[in-house]
Amino acid sequence: MIRDALGQERAGWLTLHAIAVFAFLYLPIVVLIVYSFNGDGVGGFPPRNVTFDWYRQLAQDTPLWDSVLNSLLVALAAMAISIGLGLPAALALDRVNFPGKSLFRRLVLLPLILPGIITGLSLLMLVVLIGLKLSLLTIILGHGTALISVATTEIFAGLQKAERAQEEASLDLGASYGQTFWRITLPNLKLPVIGAALLIFTLSMDEIAVSFFLIGRDNTLPLEIWSRLRRGMTPEINAISTIIFLFSLALIVLWYRLRMGNGENTADTVATATKEAA
Amino acid sequence: MGTKPIVESSAAGGGAKASPKTLLSVRSVAKRFANNIVLRDVNLDVAEGEFLSILGESGSGKTTLLRLTAGFERCDSGEIWMAGERLDPLPPYKRQVNTVFQNYALFPHLSVFDNVAFGLRVKKSPAIEVKGRVEQALAMVKMSSFANSSPAKISGGQQQRVALARALVNRPKLLLLDEPLSALDANLRRQMQMELKALQREIGIAFVFVTHDQDEAMTMSDRIALLRAGELEQVATPREIYARPATTYTAQFIGQTNLLHAHVTAGMAECAGMRWSTDEPDGPVTFSVRPESIVVATGTHGDGFVRFRAKVLSQLFQGAAELLQVETTSGYRLKVRTSSGKTEAAELELAFAAASAVSVRETQA
Amino acid sequence: MYSRAYKLAVSLPPVAWVLLFLLTPYLLLFLYSFWTVTPAQQIVHTWSLQNYIELLRVPVYLQVLWRSMRIAASVTLLSLLLGFPLAYYVSFHAGSKKDLLYLLVIIPLWVSYLVRAYAWKTILGSDGVLNTLLQYLHITHHPQGYLLYSPLAVVLTLTHIYTPFTFLPIYAALEHIPRKLVEASHDLGATPTQTFWRVIVPLSVPGLVAGATFSFVLSLGDFLAPLLVGGPSGVMISNIVVGLFGAAYNWPLGAAISACMMILVLALLFATGRLEKKWSFT
Repeated sequence: MIRDALGQERAGWLTLHAIAVFAFLYLPIVVLIVYSFNGDGVGGFPPRNVTFDWYRQLAQDTPLWDSVLNSLLVALAAMAISIGLGLPAALALDRVNFPGKSLFRRLVLLPLILPGIITGLSLLMLVVLIGLKLSLLTIILGHGTALISVATTEIFAGLQKAERAQEEASLDLGASYGQTFWRITLPNLKLPVIGAALLIFTLSMDEIAVSFFLIGRDNTLPLEIWSRLRRGMTPEINAISTIIFLFSLALIVLWYRLRMGNGENTADTVATATKEAA
Repeated sequence: MGTKPIVESSAAGGGAKASPKTLLSVRSVAKRFANNIVLRDVNLDVAEGEFLSILGESGSGKTTLLRLTAGFERCDSGEIWMAGERLDPLPPYKRQVNTVFQNYALFPHLSVFDNVAFGLRVKKSPAIEVKGRVEQALAMVKMSSFANSSPAKISGGQQQRVALARALVNRPKLLLLDEPLSALDANLRRQMQMELKALQREIGIAFVFVTHDQDEAMTMSDRIALLRAGELEQVATPREIYARPATTYTAQFIGQTNLLHAHVTAGMAECAGMRWSTDEPDGPVTFSVRPESIVVATGTHGDGFVRFRAKVLSQLFQGAAELLQVETTSGYRLKVRTSSGKTEAAELELAFAAASAVSVRETQA
Repeated sequence: MYSRAYKLAVSLPPVAWVLLFLLTPYLLLFLYSFWTVTPAQQIVHTWSLQNYIELLRVPVYLQVLWRSMRIAASVTLLSLLLGFPLAYYVSFHAGSKKDLLYLLVIIPLWVSYLVRAYAWKTILGSDGVLNTLLQYLHITHHPQGYLLYSPLAVVLTLTHIYTPFTFLPIYAALEHIPRKLVEASHDLGATPTQTFWRVIVPLSVPGLVAGATFSFVLSLGDFLAPLLVGGPSGVMISNIVVGLFGAAYNWPLGAAISACMMILVLALLFATGRLEKKWSFT
């Protein structure tokens, strides 16, 4: 910390600015949570009539919970695809010089950098070409493909840290490639894989832009909320939003603990999170 | 604690000067980090134009003392004065002190020229003056041809010169150097030591040089301040600190030595069967005898010399000298340094001058 | 060290999948843009530049694109103004609270986009929190209708959503600046303010460029916020595309707009990528 001659921090206005930005970032969320308990529903100030009604209503809202189930299904399946392909991709990037390697690298990142609408539309066109019906399956396809690079980035970083010598020792001692993979490589990648899984899960649960174009009859949670929002505000939305917020909060703390525990410094975690959380 | 460091003859270098003025005065400075007391009650004066080394092991507090002087840390207690004014309340950018950092800390986004010009430009010096002084500074460190290079493209030794130029171009009253040579390889290091010493002589600015390398301190300094566990153990010229170390720590840290734990009775010191006369008062006294003070005894070693027989345990060839480990008849082990090729015997008769046994204080733990 | 079989096993599946499910779709998008559609809603598979000509000819497309770029630029500017000083504060002035503050900044990122956009709807509406508060405090006397369903609302909402995105790469860049450089700068006589502009800002440029790029690109292509809070005056280019794939049924035209967007974005990414490299010193 840099202090001036008087020993005070010359950060008075800077601190004020920081507080203002935090207020800007959090007040809308706080408003949401507060109004989920507001008897008069949305809008109006000050909030009065504290009630759990909206939560009660929420509990009986079957279509909503169906969509939650759908979202979970999609997220888990997407996880499987992304990691199932992201893991070999990371290994390939680390160890194999295949033709078009740098093109592949850039291509696989595109879904995270381009606006979701472009990826969503492109996949829609493919789906139509193949003649596949729009359903949860197409959404799973979309999420799984788009999130491969999340898995690849995390696992690749983990590979950089791991010791190559361990694998060489295993081979030297007579284990086959397969055995080495199961006994040595995979256990070393446990943490990055779990971290990637958590991240993919959260991103999939919240994904809307790509899903928008690949949706069939069954809604995911974000799309269910979206369709209700189009019809008009209901305080129930506040309630489900609050629940989503608390749930995401728990997940992110978990993810952070995991990442920090693995010895990475804040800034590198940050750098990867930037690309991924888009 | 109560043991005061021994500060002897604060004479600065450059012999022809009359009693040199004190430039920097560190008075009763103490500093702690969390539960760690890093500096306790340090008192040190730096004379104008002198080359002072702060020598110490890691953890001794030497870097902290430097940083307090530069202004990167604040003293917990005590004061620092420079040229008659209080220095310690000032932030680093208001002090006329400049630092050469251990890893040079050159600005990667600026060229060599712009790096050196930095201090002048923040003071809004006119461009012509900046150009002139920067070119002069670069010439002084022999880096003129690299003016447009980027710091990433030059070697460690070259970066160090640029760091030096960058500091000196501002004509500070005092230059602080934080182990600037430790990242260089041995040969380059020796060369830079010579150059730095010559440069300091030429410019005449006071240098405070932090190092853990006692050879380096001995080679370059007008005076050495030995720091141990946050306190000054001894402050003296290299010759004095070597010939008359104040404590056992000093005797062992600077050069090698033999410590004789003797007992003095009525002007005679006695240890391991050896006896010599001394001015020390009665009681237990530790004496330091340098290995090169012990020689193979010949007929000329009579009065004033202590003679003894010893078994040679091992012999280490060191080029110009040989280092012998010997054991006296009473089992006392000593180190002896002789010039090479003199001895091949298993047992020797050795001698040392009583005057070369210097009494030292036991270092408090 | 790795056998041919191993190398094949790890590289073939992902590459094949990505070629099939990423490259092909993006290429299809391009292809579609050269086709046309009949009034009977049949896709005509003959190559033509008709769609692109249409985009240039009919003013509304360029107008909306221009508006979208202005909105995206506003969001980017605001995100930088909010995010940069914040990142500087957390990196250089937060001391022991640094990790906690960093976490606090990225938590909103992980809260659903919809939730956050919806919150602004609640706040900005005529019956919303802000209006009722202002009336309660007697600052205004009737609801300010322009707050919601306007480009302003879109900018506010998108700024709220993308400021943490902008913060992240800036923070990473600031963290990479060796603290010794700051000390060296002070040592040479530069005040903290001078140090900020001469040392810290130049070395944060890659982070600033990355953050700005994220904000701009993602805002430009956003269609959800405009639908929620934009109203008719806040329609953005992606909304037109959505319409063309929905009620207005003209997939080729929609594909053409998307293709343009894609080229624009890729060109921007390429340019900023070069800029980042040029300003990378740490």
